[in-house]
Amino acid sequence: MSTVTPTESKELAPVSAESLAALLIAKERPPRPSALSASVTFGWRAMLKIKHVPEQLFDVTVFPVMMVLMFTYLFGGALAGSPREYIQFLLPGIVVMSVVMITMYTGVSVNTDIEKGVFDRFRSLPIWRPSTMVGYLLGDALRYTIASVVMLTVGLILGYRPDGGVTGVLAGIALLLVFSFAFSWIWTMFGLMLRTEKSVMGVSMMVIFPLTFLSNVFVDPRTMPGWLQAFVNNSPITHLGSAVRGLMAGDWPTAEIAWSLGWSALFVLVFGPITMRLYNRK
Amino acid sequence: MSPQTSGLAIETAGLVKTFGETRAVDGVDLSVPAGTVYGVLGPNGAGKTTTVKMLATLLRPDGGEAHVFGHDIVREADDVRSRVSLTGQYASVDEDLTGAENLVLLGRLLGHHKKAARQRGEQLLEAFGLTEAAAKQVKHYSGGMRRRIDIAASILNTPDLLFLDEPTTGLDPRSRNQVWDIVRAVVAQGTTVLLTTQYLDEADQLASRIAVIDRGRVIAEGTKGELKASVGAGSVHLRLRDPAQRPQAEEVLRLALDAEVQREPDPVALTARVGGGAAGGRGAAEQAARALAELTRVGITVDDFSLGQPSLDEVFLALTGHDTRTRDAQGTRDAQGTQGRQGHQVDDTELHDTKGEAAA
Repeated sequence: MSTVTPTESKELAPVSAESLAALLIAKERPPRPSALSASVTFGWRAMLKIKHVPEQLFDVTVFPVMMVLMFTYLFGGALAGSPREYIQFLLPGIVVMSVVMITMYTGVSVNTDIEKGVFDRFRSLPIWRPSTMVGYLLGDALRYTIASVVMLTVGLILGYRPDGGVTGVLAGIALLLVFSFAFSWIWTMFGLMLRTEKSVMGVSMMVIFPLTFLSNVFVDPRTMPGWLQAFVNNSPITHLGSAVRGLMAGDWPTAEIAWSLGWSALFVLVFGPITMRLYNRK
Repeated sequence: MSPQTSGLAIETAGLVKTFGETRAVDGVDLSVPAGTVYGVLGPNGAGKTTTVKMLATLLRPDGGEAHVFGHDIVREADDVRSRVSLTGQYASVDEDLTGAENLVLLGRLLGHHKKAARQRGEQLLEAFGLTEAAAKQVKHYSGGMRRRIDIAASILNTPDLLFLDEPTTGLDPRSRNQVWDIVRAVVAQGTTVLLTTQYLDEADQLASRIAVIDRGRVIAEGTKGELKASVGAGSVHLRLRDPAQRPQAEEVLRLALDAEVQREPDPVALTARVGGGAAGGRGAAEQAARALAELTRVGITVDDFSLGQPSLDEVFLALTGHDTRTRDAQGTRDAQGTQGRQGHQVDDTELHDTKGEAAA
């Protein structure tokens, strides 16, 4: 470990002109990295940031635990007779809801990061342009995985028993990660479009609250008024919730999986290009 | 590809960038020869950074065109990107990562394999005297260290063209000299450097050609000698012992310096520009010494004498007739003095000559 304390008063080691010259003589350039390689490198950057600032994992550890405990005990008795029974229904949904909610932090980090000097350096590199954003989302995928694992653990402790076993649970989480990755392009767009962190947060809340609560996560949509059912039954969160619930229960809900993937594709196709347009204009 | 030894690294014609009502860059024409340091001198808000950002493909110009090593900066942006690097106030490194991590990250993004990226990073840290700080997060670096890691990140691949945007603003004199040494080492290996600065002495130290930019326009361009010829290499300030001798001293100075001499409000003080016009920026000190000897010969006692390089303010005053501060209401970070406010204005023909020579 280095014990150097860098301050202005501390004498810096001199610059070695000879070794610098020797380094500069090498004029050969490696071929530019592939789109995948550049994206993975940016994903590595996101991991390094987590390593240096582990506090940022707070929202994928404490927050999900809180969500599971809160809603299991708040609604459990009223809706399913007991929390233990309710969690069989609730857990896959609450995992979906919490992870989708966590995705909105992507917008905030893009917004605060884009103002920093390093983004201009990235933008001046001859690399696949979306790789910076994709790298972000790859780093976030790790955060979503952590959140899912944390919630499943809490759920198992509270009595959740998935009939799909390990395979079903993994398939459910995989689908959730794919959806979250695609859904996050909405936030990268807002992160680049809006001027301040606060406005990004405000707009995100306005999108995320109705979208996640107005779904089949907590209750069966058939108990809702007709006009609300129309919205809830067509919401991407409902489709995803049903698909993940089915997979974790050991079924293969083809239609719901297809809907979830369809929505994912739509999000990428619509918000990906808008994000990149904003990124190039920034 | 190596830079053409006899070509142009940058060529712009009528480059324009507007932000709302403001024309930040208002028709800039530049021709930067490859393999040299080209200085772009101007105060805050003159349009230097906006120009560099356009040339580095970070901003899209609203008018005019520009080529970097023959590649159009809009249509062939990726070709430009693969040959240039930039560093300065804005293009820096990730503050949350360590110095070593930053270099590996950028090395990977430039296409190096992990091992090669790490090796090149280590070598650069070593050459820049940053080995001890390699494992520290960049946010804990001092100003001088920051500038070094920024430049190191810019030369991971030896660029054909390096943009240095105000590389020494805010640095103490020693760190500033070290950055200058780095710039010289980079140019010695054949890289073209476009340097923007607020300091005339920095441009003077490093650049072979200088463009002075103000309100988004190039107001003078040429070699250092040509530029100084149009501005005057410096000013002589004199204080006499006897105010009664001032008219005589004024006459002696005018003949010896071949320049206009001004009476200061202080009854014993005189100011004159030297090294302008025919002298072409050379021999300002000899001229001043000759004038001083002449004063002594005729029996005028000089109490105080000083010869100063023109400050950026003086250059601006001479070239534009307005002070750098008049358009910069918030005040500049400019460390230079404000003396020379009452200096004379260079007439248009003189400026025109400078431009004509530059083009020839």
